[in-house]
Amino acid sequence: MVPTGVFQVNDTALQATQLKTALTFDKAKAVRGFRLPDATFRIVSRSAAVLVLIILTGVVVSLIHGSIPVFKAMGFEFFTSSSWNPVTERFSAGAAVFGTLVTSAIALLIAVPIGLGIAVFLTEICTPRLRRPIAIAIELLAGIPSIIYGIWGLFFLAPFLQVYVQPSLISAFEGIPILSTLFQGPPYGIGILTAGLVLAVMVLPFITSISRDVFETVPPVLKEAAYGMGCTTWEVVKNIVIPYTKSGVVGGIMLALGRALGETMAVTFVIGNAHKISGSLLAPGTSISANIANEFTEAVGDIYTSALIALGLILFVITFIVIALARLLLMRLNLRAGT
Amino acid sequence: MNALYRYRRTRNQVWMALSFISTIIGLGILTLILGGLFWKGISGFHSGLFTQMTPPPGGEGGLLNPIVGSLLMTFIGVLLGAPVGVMAGTYLAEYGDKSALASIVRFINDVLLSAPSIIIGLFVYQVMVAPLGHFSGFAGGVALALIVIPVVVRTTEDMLRLVPVPLREAASSLGMPRSFVIRKVVYRAARTGMVTGILLAVARVSGETAPLMFTALNNQFWSTDLSQPMASLPAVIFQFALSPYKDWQQLAWSGALLITLTVLTLSIVSRALTSSRT
Repeated sequence: MVPTGVFQVNDTALQATQLKTALTFDKAKAVRGFRLPDATFRIVSRSAAVLVLIILTGVVVSLIHGSIPVFKAMGFEFFTSSSWNPVTERFSAGAAVFGTLVTSAIALLIAVPIGLGIAVFLTEICTPRLRRPIAIAIELLAGIPSIIYGIWGLFFLAPFLQVYVQPSLISAFEGIPILSTLFQGPPYGIGILTAGLVLAVMVLPFITSISRDVFETVPPVLKEAAYGMGCTTWEVVKNIVIPYTKSGVVGGIMLALGRALGETMAVTFVIGNAHKISGSLLAPGTSISANIANEFTEAVGDIYTSALIALGLILFVITFIVIALARLLLMRLNLRAGT
Repeated sequence: MNALYRYRRTRNQVWMALSFISTIIGLGILTLILGGLFWKGISGFHSGLFTQMTPPPGGEGGLLNPIVGSLLMTFIGVLLGAPVGVMAGTYLAEYGDKSALASIVRFINDVLLSAPSIIIGLFVYQVMVAPLGHFSGFAGGVALALIVIPVVVRTTEDMLRLVPVPLREAASSLGMPRSFVIRKVVYRAARTGMVTGILLAVARVSGETAPLMFTALNNQFWSTDLSQPMASLPAVIFQFALSPYKDWQQLAWSGALLITLTVLTLSIVSRALTSSRT
């Protein structure tokens, strides 16, 4: 259709100007209206991120601040001796650090081979149909609170060890030089060995699920090439899967170590809470976390409380180093997977 | 068949058998634990468990006050911790990305995520309990919040990163300011995942004992006063399991079963939520 005369042209122009003014007006207002909430949101989210940093700093500062009295009272002896006497107010970290390290070592010695074995089973041997259910079951178990493992260790594992396992261990290793020292003394049921075993059971699902995850990052084509050359499953695992995922597996194990070192409830139930360093794994001992958990609310006097906080500081420093190393290793693996 | 072939085949079979056996051992032990827990726990389930207070030794009773205490403190923990976690996770995924601050926060968050929870208890004791002079349910809630934060930060960041970038670009091209893109588009796309993260944090927190021992302590009696010591399921389990009284030990088992069922339900629900979307 042909436009009919001047009227309409004017009309459109008029409308356009009106539209334009309306638009600019709305836009300016809208932009101004958006600016404040936009900036607020950004600042709030940034502050929340900074808060995470503040929390960690706060933890470190408060631990150091709380440990000062005992460091002043005991000096360097706090780290070197193993005495723990609330009556004379002589405290030192030796026995607790020893117990923490030994129980964690036992836990890893047992849980790492079994965990890796399960991961290999799940990724290489298991039929696809069973793979998911077993993996899900293990992941669910990794989420079970540690107090459950502790109560199980106290009522099932400790009596079982006391009646069936420890007596035969003691008699079997009698007379053999080092082993007889490791397994000597009356079978209490509870003690360093039991604590290590409970920890092993607790970190097992954790190690398994991390190793399974990293094993699955191996490109199928690498494994297929190896199988194509006639490698056996074991040879593929040993020469392809493990070398490819080495840093991931080590990172996972160190995360598990971090967990074992700081674990409180699973250990406190079964370690026996005795402040001494014993050569025997069957003897009761203590760990840093068990020591704090058992005595903190009963501690009287500044030095006693301070000694327990100082133990917490030591625990924090140890786990921080372990976790930091683990994260670095896992980060490197992620970088490679990303490229 | 030559000797080398036989050797390789046997070696393979031995290692695969070991791998199979470790699976049997692992699953066996874990079944034993759950089996023992159910067997011991179920026998203590009675109608009074949810309606009666914790008893003195030898008396009849239930777990009402620790259940309520746990719920209250978990609620406070999530109420305080989840918003901080979500916002910090948003910063890491949307604003910070590869900046120095974001990298440091990400690393520190990972450390907090795996740090021993007893340390958190000591920290809250020092900053809240010692200055105020008494243990309180609120301090327990704060301690739990400090455990919730790293879990939520991590899951929020992961979930926001799963949202495709073109969605953000489309929203930005319409002239939406950044924060509106995040709130109206990205959050909506990642909502299920973020809820899952919070559920996982609740699951993690509901079994925590160590951070509560020096903050909320424990309470034998009914109390919903947040400025007073407060009972919680894990603390009661700890106390009762180590006691010499049979009926207390029985209650400890029932409480342990309750916690486990809660945690398992939460993990299964969050798993179902995420898997139904993908």
